[in-house]
Amino acid sequence: MTELFSILHDYWKLLLIGSYPRGPLGGLAMTLLLSALSLMLTFPLSVLLALARTSGRVSLVRLSAAWVAVIRGIPLVMLIFWVYFLVPLLIGRNISGFATMLCTLIIYESAYICEIIRAGIQALPQGQHEAGRALGLNYIQCHLRVILPQALFNTLPSMLNQFVSIIKETSLGYVINVQELTFAASQVNGQVLTFPFQIFFILAAGYFLVCYAFTRLAHLLERSIQRKRLGQGHEGPPVPLAASPADVPQV
Amino acid sequence: MSFDPVSLLQGQYGQLIFHGLSLTIELAFCAWLLAMVLAMFLAIIRLTDRPLLRRLVIAYVAYHRNVPTLVQLMVWYFGIPALVPEQTQIWMARYNSEFLLAMIALGMCQAAYFSEDIRAGLRALGPGQSEAARSLGLTYLGSMRHVILPQALRHAAPALVSNSILLFKNTSLAMAIGLAEITYAIREVESDSFRTFECYLIATALYLSCSLLLMAGSSWISRRYRIIGAGRI
Repeated sequence: MTELFSILHDYWKLLLIGSYPRGPLGGLAMTLLLSALSLMLTFPLSVLLALARTSGRVSLVRLSAAWVAVIRGIPLVMLIFWVYFLVPLLIGRNISGFATMLCTLIIYESAYICEIIRAGIQALPQGQHEAGRALGLNYIQCHLRVILPQALFNTLPSMLNQFVSIIKETSLGYVINVQELTFAASQVNGQVLTFPFQIFFILAAGYFLVCYAFTRLAHLLERSIQRKRLGQGHEGPPVPLAASPADVPQV
Repeated sequence: MSFDPVSLLQGQYGQLIFHGLSLTIELAFCAWLLAMVLAMFLAIIRLTDRPLLRRLVIAYVAYHRNVPTLVQLMVWYFGIPALVPEQTQIWMARYNSEFLLAMIALGMCQAAYFSEDIRAGLRALGPGQSEAARSLGLTYLGSMRHVILPQALRHAAPALVSNSILLFKNTSLAMAIGLAEITYAIREVESDSFRTFECYLIATALYLSCSLLLMAGSSWISRRYRIIGAGRI
């Protein structure tokens, strides 16, 4: 038990921000940065994929469905190796581990977030789209002003849950030496050598604290959105939320 | 060098890859079995009215859902052996501890997800089923086995299948602790033959075809075992 605290005391900075002021950013800060960046960059791609999936044009629907099926059928590790190998070939120069991981997460998450947004769009009553079109909005205007604002708002809790999944997925950066939290912990383990259980316990606890906080937040948000929709007093049963937190993938 | 993935499947490389494939399938199967048995117990405990036990299950599920599977694997592989006596450590090192520990880690992690799926399936049933079963004279376990679980599992089937596929994909994480499953084997072959593209193509095709096979198999099973007359499975 005392070793646990002495390790925390000696290495808390490395675990939190890596060797930042003097060296590259790392640790938990890097994990969060990588996760936030990949969520932000995945988002537009996923919206496009979801729009293609719900567009009703056979070729677009098939293309988007195939993309999702293939990405969901292969493990993330395999995708990391593909990006690690293919992207430098395509752009003609080497990229860092950080960029590799970012690319991988964007590709991988686009499939999952596309499904969340698709569920959000399909959960809206058909009348919304018809009313928008009847008001004279064209397809794009109707989606920008009527469908997407509602659909995306309803998917916020699922999106937050997906953010938790992304945080967990960044731990795989360890495999290609991205300097995030797991890498930092294994570095510490390499220096201390004698207390692996304590170090990996700290690592698991760190992830748990961060992810659990976001999971709870998503839960609260889901409840408040549900209440809001129930209290709106429109006719008919309340519109169900897009996707339940239960079908969030994990790594 | 020409593009020829088939030649990689022969000789020494082929042996490595097929050994990796069989190890992946073994690991996925053993971990799945462990997860399923554990998940049944967890789901049943969660529904009893013992607050302490219920809290324990909630904590178990929260831990396994909020910590990356890779980290859970590392805790089991690097952390736990340091806690057991030295004799046991030596014994474990001799008997292929990677496989055993990877199986435990993946199985326990997936049990948390499975138990939530089964719980959702159980809650979909409504109290009438269990009350009717009990009033027919079945014991608690008897009603579970003959009445409740057969229906609940059918309700939970779609979620269980997608989580089973995730379990199968997660076996690739065992490469990080040095278990020679497909991903690890393909890395070996790749660094030896320098035929990166073909290697990754083979591994991807193997993973994809197994995942698709699982999906097709599960949809066949759910058709085969559906309850005649029930609206949804």
